[in-house]
Amino acid sequence: MAAASTRYILICSGKGGVGKTTLTANLGIALAKQGARTAVLDADFGLRNLDLLLGLENRIVYTAQEVLSESCRLEQALVKHKQEPNLALLPAGNPRMLEWLQPDDMQKIAAMLGEHFDYVLIDAPAGIEGGFKNAMAAAREAIVVTTPEVSAVRDADRVIGLLNSEGVKPIQLVLNRVRPKMMANQEMLAVSDVTDILALPLLGLVLEDEQVIVSTNRGEPLTLNGNGSPAARAYTNVARRLQGEEVPLIDPSKERQGLRATIGRLMQTKIF
Amino acid sequence: MTLRDAINKLLGRQPASANTAKQRLQLVLAHDRSDLNPELLQQMRREILEVVSRYVEIDLEEGDVTLETEDRVTALVANLPIRRAKVLPPPAEAEPALEANTSS
Repeated sequence: MAAASTRYILICSGKGGVGKTTLTANLGIALAKQGARTAVLDADFGLRNLDLLLGLENRIVYTAQEVLSESCRLEQALVKHKQEPNLALLPAGNPRMLEWLQPDDMQKIAAMLGEHFDYVLIDAPAGIEGGFKNAMAAAREAIVVTTPEVSAVRDADRVIGLLNSEGVKPIQLVLNRVRPKMMANQEMLAVSDVTDILALPLLGLVLEDEQVIVSTNRGEPLTLNGNGSPAARAYTNVARRLQGEEVPLIDPSKERQGLRATIGRLMQTKIF
Repeated sequence: MTLRDAINKLLGRQPASANTAKQRLQLVLAHDRSDLNPELLQQMRREILEVVSRYVEIDLEEGDVTLETEDRVTALVANLPIRRAKVLPPPAEAEPALEANTSS
């Protein structure tokens, strides 16, 4: 595989806790299942968690740190997923790496991964400081994750500003933890509110789903075992859209059926 | 205003919060994106009003200079209702230029 066709995708949000790492893990598994050779790179050196969500925390021997210092080969550091061998994790190194790590180092790692994989997914740290900028340097395109809350949207906007100024594109949006009922009652920012404000195309819409917590408890991303839950379907659809497939997006607040939903829609009618 | 807002108002309830969230976000993002703090904006507003009022009489009560943002483009929007044009616009910058000429 020529490195030129590899896609280097940054997964970022600005705000912490909106679902970057969960998206990276699920998207990684989903892409691997669809046959794409996928590497996930944990660029959150301060607070790494991607290993834990993928259930690979006990299999780490070397990390990005040893690869960079050339004390091991890339192949030795990569942790291959047992059930989905198309997926490999390059674990984050010691938090002390933050003291010397430069954007060049991240570019170097990404380029090495690009020689072996079709997709390199880079799980960015929260914030907009050095760690984020290092992670951004390794990417060509980006997925911004946000939730329909004012603080998450505001922070996403800051990140989009930085991505734009670095020429990272395309930038696409994943709206996470959507509650259709609250949206229908106009007690949550509408999908169109968020996409209008951030002026980004929507790559995916993930409903709030308790199964996400269950799956992180087990270290088995939802996309690993079929598409039983709404979030699993949403993550799989994100992967399919990334691969260029046309998968329709459904606005959950408009999709609800029955009398209550009809009344809810009626209540949204603008009267003046 | 939507039907829900009207009913909420009729029942003395608070309006649905999504719209409040949207408006607050739009305002805060206009400031974030332009990197102008409220103090600087206030100063700019004073100076703009000062310049404009040299030429026309404006309604200071109704006048407003704000930041608005759409599609990631931030615009400075001045809404300055004109009462009437001033009869004699002052000769702009003529005198200082003359002074500069004579001194050189």
